[in-house]
Formats: sequence, structure tokens, C-alpha cells
Amino acid sequence: MGRTAAHVLAGLALLASPMAGMAETKSAPAAAPMWQKNPYPSTYKPYPGEPTAIVGATVFDGTGGEIPNGTVLLQGGKVVGVGDARLAVPDGYRRIDGTGKFVTPGVIDIHSHLGVYGSPAVQAHSDGNEATSPTTPQVWAEHSVWPQDPGFSRALTNGGVTTMQILPGSANLIGGRSVVLKNVYARTAQAMKFPGAPYGMKMACGENPKRVYGGKGQMPSTRMGNLAVDRQAWIKAAEYRKKRAEGKLTERDLAMDTMADVLDGKILVQNHCYRADEMAQVIDMSKEFGYKVSAFHHAVEAYKIADLLRDNGICAAIWADWWGFKMEAFDAIPENAALLADAGACVIIHSDDANGIQRLNQEAAKARAAGKRMGIIIPDGEVIRWITLNPARALGIDKQTGSLAQGKMGDVVLWNGNPLSVYSRPEKVWIDGALLYDMADPKRRPVSDFELGLPGEGDVK
Amino acid sequence: MKRPSLLLGALLLAGTALPARAAEASATLPSGDFAVTGATIAIGDGSAPIPGGTVLVRGGKIVAAGKDVSVPAGVPVIDGTGKWVTPGLVTAMTDLGLVDVGAVDESNDSSAGTARFSAGLDVSLAIDSDAPPVAVSRASGITRAGVAPIAANAIFAGQGAVIDLAQDGPGIMQPRAFQLVELGERGADLAGGSRVAAQALLRNALREARDLAQRKPGKAAGQDAPGQPTDALLTRVDAAALIPVVMGKQPLFVHVERAADIRGVLALGKEFPALRLVIVGAGEGWRVAGEIAAAKVPVLASALADLPGSFETLAATQSNVGRMTAAGVKVALGGFYDLDQPRYAAQFAGNLVGLSRVPGAAGLNWGQALASITSIPAEILGEGAKFGSLKPGLSADVVIWDGDPLEVASAPITIYVDGKLQSLVNHQSRLRQRYRHPGEGALPKAYE
Repeated sequence: MGRTAAHVLAGLALLASPMAGMAETKSAPAAAPMWQKNPYPSTYKPYPGEPTAIVGATVFDGTGGEIPNGTVLLQGGKVVGVGDARLAVPDGYRRIDGTGKFVTPGVIDIHSHLGVYGSPAVQAHSDGNEATSPTTPQVWAEHSVWPQDPGFSRALTNGGVTTMQILPGSANLIGGRSVVLKNVYARTAQAMKFPGAPYGMKMACGENPKRVYGGKGQMPSTRMGNLAVDRQAWIKAAEYRKKRAEGKLTERDLAMDTMADVLDGKILVQNHCYRADEMAQVIDMSKEFGYKVSAFHHAVEAYKIADLLRDNGICAAIWADWWGFKMEAFDAIPENAALLADAGACVIIHSDDANGIQRLNQEAAKARAAGKRMGIIIPDGEVIRWITLNPARALGIDKQTGSLAQGKMGDVVLWNGNPLSVYSRPEKVWIDGALLYDMADPKRRPVSDFELGLPGEGDVK
Repeated sequence: MKRPSLLLGALLLAGTALPARAAEASATLPSGDFAVTGATIAIGDGSAPIPGGTVLVRGGKIVAAGKDVSVPAGVPVIDGTGKWVTPGLVTAMTDLGLVDVGAVDESNDSSAGTARFSAGLDVSLAIDSDAPPVAVSRASGITRAGVAPIAANAIFAGQGAVIDLAQDGPGIMQPRAFQLVELGERGADLAGGSRVAAQALLRNALREARDLAQRKPGKAAGQDAPGQPTDALLTRVDAAALIPVVMGKQPLFVHVERAADIRGVLALGKEFPALRLVIVGAGEGWRVAGEIAAAKVPVLASALADLPGSFETLAATQSNVGRMTAAGVKVALGGFYDLDQPRYAAQFAGNLVGLSRVPGAAGLNWGQALASITSIPAEILGEGAKFGSLKPGLSADVVIWDGDPLEVASAPITIYVDGKLQSLVNHQSRLRQRYRHPGEGALPKAYE
């Protein structure tokens, strides 16, 4: 019972706590100068797979396409073929009959705190908010990730999630760097890191930062305070960036390295922001300092400014229908995603929740249905894009994953029914071509170190 | 002249809201006496849905529901072809009517951390049927609910109530319907730091209540008989509130999660045989399902909790409800607090149907799943003879859906409570209308 009857009694306290519903950030590549070298490189290695052909299933390819009676070929960890029944299956491939079943790319959650707020949710596992200063761009979420969080396995087996962005919380205006992970248990966080994924930088608007720091009697205590502290930080970062580019730095500043990389376009801004008016302020701030917001997360009022988001090329990463739990969520509506899609803006369904990450497919289905009831018709394949290619794009990894196309990572889910139905579940999940979950085979079900020898070890979850 | 203008403002505001509400509950649909024909009928008692059935309502009560139901002449008929009909959904423990916006403390009456009283707190005195979550929950098909306080200053949370979600209140059907106590991790914290302390507090409270019940009029503690305790830890209000609990007149909802704590609750039932126990939570209930069934203690459990969120839920699994049900425990879906709002009840129930197709897992069949959010919670609230299914004689809480009600794509299209047509208008539906097309028109959005 993650968020459950146990928190029947603690839920409100949770909401009021600095760690409630907060998070986002990412980071960048490697090169010559010291600040560009990543001292914590990915050591992820795909597990071995076998040449596999999934035949006869309905294939949602992640780009919006739908192939009835489709064929997907995996080999060498990659997708090597996607087509209809005419696509030949080469010799030596293991054939999997997908008749009556569905295939999608691996699900991607752009907003997760798995590993930084692990289960059990004891204080000792509370590693997601460095809530000691309103701006902490110097912290990196990967240094908090606990690779044995039992939540990773639930996201895989119940949700078909193969890639996640792990974000710092939203206590801070600038929360730090995020990290993108492959959903493969490993002994180290480095061995989960998505190879080549850019970093993100988490920022937050609104209630959380002003409550956390206002409550301590310091700035910011208001929304105008939020913006002022942000802008001051960007002014400093711009100075630092200039000196860095000119080779005039006398001292390296970890926080400024991250922000300067944002200004250089190497790190993507992932901005927690609920209200439409605040998103508009942030867009202006981004123009003032010359950076781009990749996605607004928890953008419950995005539908009010769908045109603005579309015109600025910013994705809205949203829940399907969370509503009313805090003041800035009071105007959330279940038609948010459909209204955005209807206006031509980029939609991403995210979780921010160790339970919700297990049902992103259902959340997308709910959001689509809400639109349909008001006359906005969105095809199944396009809805699947909300949890696959669109988040990949906002994470800067859409060349590698997020859709079923030749040469992309073999991140694939075989569902036992239409993933947009409440009755469907992942039957098999491949990551980089390796079969890492099989509903019918208890040996293909991960069990975290934490669960060993404890009640429920190895159970279906 | 500030006051009159404020008043006028309030009247104007009310005036703008009324037309929408009236338009929604238009006269095109009947109330009180009506029949829905040609629909898939789900009774809510655990039985399978019946295609091509009829529901007949007269005088606000269910007269008949099923396959061969004839509609008397003169009764208005709603064509339910392609639609589904269920009883109104029931969630047994919620904060509906106590909260406008959860994290806005001023609007939240669900807990009282520095209150003087605990068991004596009575939520029925504060329930507001106009709280926005009530209308939003109603639009998702919830028509009745238990409302429980959240324990914040003692192991006893106070007395819960049963409400209906009909649009024009008062809503309170049964005040002081149950008492809620915390005996797990949360109870330990509230009791001073350990489960040991929580158990001592509980037993002392029950004994003080029993002593108070037996005390003669006009006598103070200890004056009746030698040996009777003269000290009292509970306030008079709290002890008095526990009298119906110790006498078995009011159910005692006990929140525990881990197997050992559940066993402790069952043992408490043996020590105080009059107690009418309900276990809330029971995250590890599947491990002691046989014992719970044998004790005939019903359970309110979260459907989808499968994380070891705490050390008292290490064995959590989505199969918990299915395994307990299979063992003969009466289980309703619970845990509808915080972000798991009551409007998710149907989705959660649907997931348990999907779970039954996972090898090694235990879910529910469709009929059981619907019962877990209709008749069973109604029975646990002690209201099974009044609502919770489409059986003859029950209140005509009827929901017509645009598809399979447990499917995520479906939603209610028409809702009746006691046979009365309900408005589906709420804050969200009004925003949806206003922002159907982004961008301002000839006038700002505020004029739309």
C-alpha cells in the first residue's frame, strides 16, 4: 500500500510536506573541457536477447501509426523490421504469436521519482529534495538513485515502462539535474543510465517553493519572489557562461556549470508548473535569458494556453485527471490532453507517482475518452504516442527509442489486449531486445534486493 | 455600503451558476417513476451483467431489474440501447464534504491535530454537500459514501457518517455511523511512539467507556462500588462516544496493515466480543485471509497497492483483494483518500478484473468487482438494506453509463439518487465548456 490506507491517515500531511508531488531535471554530454566531461558515465550494457519476431498483433508504432496483423522483428538489441503480415520473418527467429494482442514501444515516463523516493517511504529513503536552498542546480538526481527501489519492478511488469526520467523534487525553484534510466535493475545507478541521454534541469513554479522557503521565513515566499530568485540565478549563470566560454574562469562552480549548459542548449529544462499564467511568465523568462523549456510538467492548466504552448514548441507533461488536491490543481480538467492535442500541442502523460507509473496506458486512455465525450476524436495510435515518442522527444532520446522503427532500441511491450483497456496488462517486455518480463514465467520477473527474504518475495505484484 | 454590494455580488454569482445547472437537469428525462430498457443491467450483488435488460423505478425505489421486467403503462421509458445500468457507486471511507481543496488547510476539516477531543468528534456536524469534490465524485457515478475523520491527535479519529451525494443536500443519511481507530504504524505514532502504547490506550478507552455506561446517574467515577477506578484518561465526551462501540451498537473501523496487526485486531474481537469490527487497510490481509474469514470481520482494502510503502505493507500485492475474497472475506474497495479520490473506484475495480488474467495473480470476476464498489461497501456501512444494488425495494440510485462502467473509457451519462435526476455540472465541466476553443473571443473568457 504505497499511497494507501496506511496513508489514509498521512495523506494530507504528505501533501503539505515539502516532498509532495514535486520534481524534474536532466543533464548533458561529454567533450574536451573539464566541465563537459561526465565523471559518472553510463555503464549500462544491454542484456543478451535472441532474434525475435512478434507476429499477428496489432502494432502501435509510437509515431501515431497502427498496423493490424503486424510484424515486429528484434535482433541484436535493435528493432530491425516493422511491417504488416507481408514482412518476412528471417530464419532463426523465435516466433511469438501475437494474435489478438497488441504491441507498443516501451512506455516512457518523463516524470518519476523512483529511486530518489524509494519504497518503503521511510525518512531514510527521502532523497529527492535538497530543500536547504531554493536553487540547487549543483545536485544530480543520479547521486540519490537507489537502484534497488522495489518500484522499478512494478513499473516494468504492470506498466511496461522501459525508460524513465528520475527528477529531483519541486521544493526548490531549481532542483538540480535529472537522470534518464533504462528500467533494468543493476548494482549501480550508473549501470541503469540511458546511454547518451542528455541531462535535464528541474525547475519548479508556484506553491511548493514559496511554501517551503516562505515557511522558513526566507525568500521566496511569493510567486513574485519565485521569479526574482530565478532571474537572479540566470543573471549569474549568464555571466559564468560568458567567462567559461572565454576561458576566464578562476573557479569552477558546479551549480553554474549546469545552468550554463542549459544556456548552451546541452541540458533540457523540465519545468514543474501548474497554472497557465505562470507558464506564460516562465516562457518570457526563458526568452529573457535565452534558454528553452522542454516540457511543463503537471501542467494541469495547459489547456488554457494550448496555442501558446504549441507556438513555442513546448510539451505539456500531465496527469490524465488528477484534480483538486492543492489550490493550483483546482482548475485541472480531464479534457486537458484532448484539448491540447486538438490545438496541435505536444501531449505527454506522466506519473510522478510510484503507483501511477504502473498505469500510464490507462491514464492515456482516460484522457482520450474525456476528449471523445466532447467531440474530440483521437486515434488509438496517437494516444500511445503520448506515452512513448512524445516523452522521448522531450527527453532528447527520440533518435534512440520511443517508436518502433528500424535501428532503434528494442524496447517493446506485448500487451495481452488493447493497452487502452483497463483489462489489459503487459505480457512480455523487452528492453534493448532482451526479454526482461514474461507474465507466464516467474523467472522473468525482477525481485529487488530489498525484498529478498521478506514476506511477499517473488509474488505477483 | 460595502455590505449590501457584497451581498449583491453573491446573488449575481449564484445567478450565473443556476442556469447551467437547470439546463443540465432538463425536463427531457423523468424522475421518480421511470424505466430504462434495452440496456446491459448490472445488479451490483456480484452477479454477471444482464444484456438487454430493464430497470423499473417507482416512487424513487427499485421495483425490478433484470431480463423479463414489464413496464406498466404510463411509466416514462428511457431507451438504454447500447448503454449500461448499475446501482450508484458506494465508497465506504472518504473525506467527501469535509474538504474543498486538500492542501488548503482552511478548507480542510478532515483532521484536527490540536483538538481537545478525539473519539467524540462527529463529522456529521461539518459535512458540506456543496464541497466541490462532492459534485465531481457524483459525476463519476458515486451516489453514497461513508465519511471518516482522519486521526491526528489520538488513536481515535472520531465518528464517521454516511452521506448521499444528491445535488441539493442535506446529504447526511446516518450520523455517527462508525468509529475509527488507528492501531498500526500511525496508531503507534499517535499513541506516543509504539504499538504497545496504542494497544494500551485502546483497551483503557474501551474500559472507561464501559465503566461510564454502567455508572449510576448522579454518581462520579468510583462512587458506585469499591474497586471501580476513579481516574479517567478520556474526556467525558470521548468516553461517551465510545459507549455505543463497546455495546456493539456502532461498528469500530480499525486501521491496520500488516498480518500481525490484523491478528491482533481479531484477538481484540475475542477479548471484547460485543465489538462490531471492520478492518481498514489490511495490506497484508491475504496472508491471514482464512483467519479474517473465520472471524467474519469485513475489510476495506485498497485495490492496487502493491509497493512495500512501509514496513507494515512488505507483502503488498494487487492480488490482496482477490485472495481475501476467494478465502471468503467480505471485501470492499477502500483507500479513497488524498490522490486516490472516490471517482477512481470503477477504474480500480476494473483493474482487478484485468488482474484475473495474469498467471499466479488473483483478481475478481466482473460481478464481484462491481459488488466491491456497490453492495459490499453498503453492507459494511450497515446500509445494505437501503442502497448499493438494483434489488427491489432499495433506493433508486441508478447510473446509466455510455459503456462498460469498469472500463476506463466509460463514464456516466445519467445519474439518479432516490429516483431523482442529478446534475452533472461541476467546476470542471464549466471550465471544459469555457475552454473548448483556446483564445479569447469578442469578450474575455470571463464573459463566456
